[in-house]
Amino acid sequence: MKVVGKKTQRVDGKALASGKPVFADDIPKKDFLYLKLLYSPIAHGKIKNIDISKALALEGVAAVLTHKDFKPHYYTTAGQGYPEPSPRDTMIFNPVVRFVGDKVAVIAAESIEIAKKALELIEVDYTEYPAIFDPEKSKDNEVVLHPEIKNDPFLFDAQRNLASRITAEYGDPENAFDSSKYVFEGEYSTPYAQQAHIEPHITLTWLDEHERLIIRTATQVPFHVRRIVGEVLDFPISRIRVIKPRIGGGFGSKQEILNEEICAAVTLKTGRPSRIELTRKEEFFAARSRHPQKVRIKMGFDEKLKITAIDLNILENSGAYGSHALTVMSVTSQKVLSLYKAPNFRVHADAVYTNLPIAGAYRGYGAPQGFFALECLMDEIAIKLQVDPFELRIKNFFKEGDEIPIASILGEGREGFKMILHTTGIKECLHRGKELMGWDDEKKRLNQGEIKQGVGLAAVCQGSGIPGIDMAAAFIKMNEDASFNLMVGAADIGTGSDTALAQIAAEVLEVSVDKIIVYSSDTDLTPFDTGAYASSTVFVSGGAVKKAAEKLRLQILDQGQKLLDDPNAILEKGKVTTGKKSLSYEEICTKSFYTEFQMQPMATASHLSYDSPPPFNATFADVSVDTETGIVTVNKIVSVSDCGQIINPKMAEGQAEGAIPQSIGMALSEYMIFDKKGRAINTDFDSYHIYTAIDMPEIVAEFVHTSDPTGPFGAKAVAEIPINGPAPAIANAIYNACGVRIRELPITPEKILRGLGKI
Amino acid sequence: MIRFRLNELEIEYTGHPGLTLMEYLRSIELFSVKYGCDTGSCGSCSVLVDNNVYNSCMILVESLHGKLIETLEYLDKKGEIDELKESFLDKGAIQCGYCSPGMLISLVALFRINNQPDESEIRDTLAGNLCRCTGYVKPVEAAQL
Repeated sequence: MKVVGKKTQRVDGKALASGKPVFADDIPKKDFLYLKLLYSPIAHGKIKNIDISKALALEGVAAVLTHKDFKPHYYTTAGQGYPEPSPRDTMIFNPVVRFVGDKVAVIAAESIEIAKKALELIEVDYTEYPAIFDPEKSKDNEVVLHPEIKNDPFLFDAQRNLASRITAEYGDPENAFDSSKYVFEGEYSTPYAQQAHIEPHITLTWLDEHERLIIRTATQVPFHVRRIVGEVLDFPISRIRVIKPRIGGGFGSKQEILNEEICAAVTLKTGRPSRIELTRKEEFFAARSRHPQKVRIKMGFDEKLKITAIDLNILENSGAYGSHALTVMSVTSQKVLSLYKAPNFRVHADAVYTNLPIAGAYRGYGAPQGFFALECLMDEIAIKLQVDPFELRIKNFFKEGDEIPIASILGEGREGFKMILHTTGIKECLHRGKELMGWDDEKKRLNQGEIKQGVGLAAVCQGSGIPGIDMAAAFIKMNEDASFNLMVGAADIGTGSDTALAQIAAEVLEVSVDKIIVYSSDTDLTPFDTGAYASSTVFVSGGAVKKAAEKLRLQILDQGQKLLDDPNAILEKGKVTTGKKSLSYEEICTKSFYTEFQMQPMATASHLSYDSPPPFNATFADVSVDTETGIVTVNKIVSVSDCGQIINPKMAEGQAEGAIPQSIGMALSEYMIFDKKGRAINTDFDSYHIYTAIDMPEIVAEFVHTSDPTGPFGAKAVAEIPINGPAPAIANAIYNACGVRIRELPITPEKILRGLGKI
Repeated sequence: MIRFRLNELEIEYTGHPGLTLMEYLRSIELFSVKYGCDTGSCGSCSVLVDNNVYNSCMILVESLHGKLIETLEYLDKKGEIDELKESFLDKGAIQCGYCSPGMLISLVALFRINNQPDESEIRDTLAGNLCRCTGYVKPVEAAQL
């Protein structure tokens, strides 16, 4: 291959490096109204009375909207395929508030300053209700968060605070456990964690000269934004255009309709362009975060240490609303059961409501929570049985040709599709990682004095798009200088997918990447795509681009054959040739436009896959624990992945290198703290610590090669897989270093010292 | 009257006294300056003030009398970031690109006083620029020209 797998610079890199105005907010804002939201100061209650008259009277305030301005309509803010498998439990504004940070009203004013002043002039009387902060106490509590929702098929049981439930069974787990030689069990938990993309949520809306609603927004899901805003505001989709410019990171947080509907409502109400941007503080409590989960795993083994059964029990805290509640824990279950072959298994997962901020999509989407549990338990088992942790894993991995039964039992909110594992490089990942980590070099590790050094590992998997649901389309047209416009609905949110898709098109068309002009995404101009989530873009959208480019290639060949008057002419190296005579792409396109067999060479294609081949990864951590202070320092992380054929090596490495600190953060420093009234208290980057350039350990990210028959040029997904391993590898390394087993993230110095019996 | 030099312009500022430099720069469409945090923690709004890196969200325009302020647009125009930019592109150091202008500003400040920084000096310099995409691996590599 000439382009795929080869070093290629980002197609948008130059503009980004020069600070060009390419992000949502980087446009002149003449006549814009600036929006600020009023949030509930209490965790649970009902608005008895709301008086907006003083705010409205303030000079420069154009509008104040509350629940009284909207017909009650329930929807979900989760930007998923339709019908979204998340509960319809959200209203644009609701007279009942369910967490500190629930939206109460929006002010639209001539400046942010005026809007902030007006916020203080809104008077709200609340009747306070008791609140639930502990997910363990939510189910069947007498306090009910959504008692009024009766007939939503996507809400499992409102009266019991059960947003969602999953149950699945395969084989006969009961009997299998009874006849197992060994049975192990453990419970592990993960906290609220923040995506922490540096660009906050920002949306601009205005009406164009044809009275169409333009939404320029930082989103991963432009087509879901169009559909859901249309639904919520009862406004025709034909009159909505969503523009996704460059996006400053998303990691799942922008897979949400998070203010687009409010901003659009103000524009429709006032006729004025409107702008809403969350402050960093608001990002922490009013946007989304990782679902906290308590995961209990029971595993049975026979005498040969083959797994006989797995029982998986999940309690997920969804916060006040059920955005992504079902699907996150369904991914936890799917991924945990896609790594090791268990002839019997059982899943029971409950997502419960609490009066805390709303959780949502975050890179890994349930898999990091699940693998923290599974891979810590595997480590504990290997230690208890005194067996090699590599051997224990390797003898239980799914092998090529195996069917992965959970895939057909559990899909995205419905039954899934049969999946055969075509490729797995997990063994190679483990072996290569072991080498890169110097695993067997025990002598080099410090084990004297108060500093103890240790190593740990984790094996993990993910998926490549949502099988049978994620659909992407691409449109490609030729220009007379042999360049091509590639229009995709796929949303590049900073991942570099525009570049990867350009490489796929360039490979098929046998041109260089600079000949492919990519545009993503704009609901008026680009074809549909479900969006940038579930590690789907290269695998699903790439499939669409490949098909479209192949069709166009055939058209170019056909035009060339006609122009050369030779049906045996062939296409090679950017021209059509009979061997004696040839026509360049430029000549073919120019003649097609202006003189002979006139037509526009262009093609479209859609792609959907019933396969979602798992990428695999082995992550290794080397840590030092200061047994006097409890402080853990991560010295080195090795992350080796099997993502099939890599499309762009530098970008793929970059995905791993960026995912790793997010997971180290989840392991050691990143968690949201709430006070007794449910208020998030660490709502800035000083008190919520994400890793900086000086905190970083040495990072080694590599890939082993496989070529999956179901992906474009053999590609599987890259984006999420590297985030699953570091947290369990670190927890295992800490045990290896100092003998303290922490099953509850984050691993704070206090927990280490407690484990050491020092406090 | 507050007078200062902004890139190639002499500015006489008579605007709102409470305006931060970040708000001011974005209002005159110098969009390389990004909003990220309000607390001077993320470095997305970095600019040079008399050759030093500042988070422009933490400075009031009022306090800038007599100062020289440079934004990435100006450094780019002068060609001062050409080599760094090429290296960032070549090494794959840019992902979403939102924090990249701030990183480049920090590195320019470093390079003006030290044209052969080692890795730890680069890491120290970039410690004020939060990046959630790259893990800093490739930016640090790219800064080693």
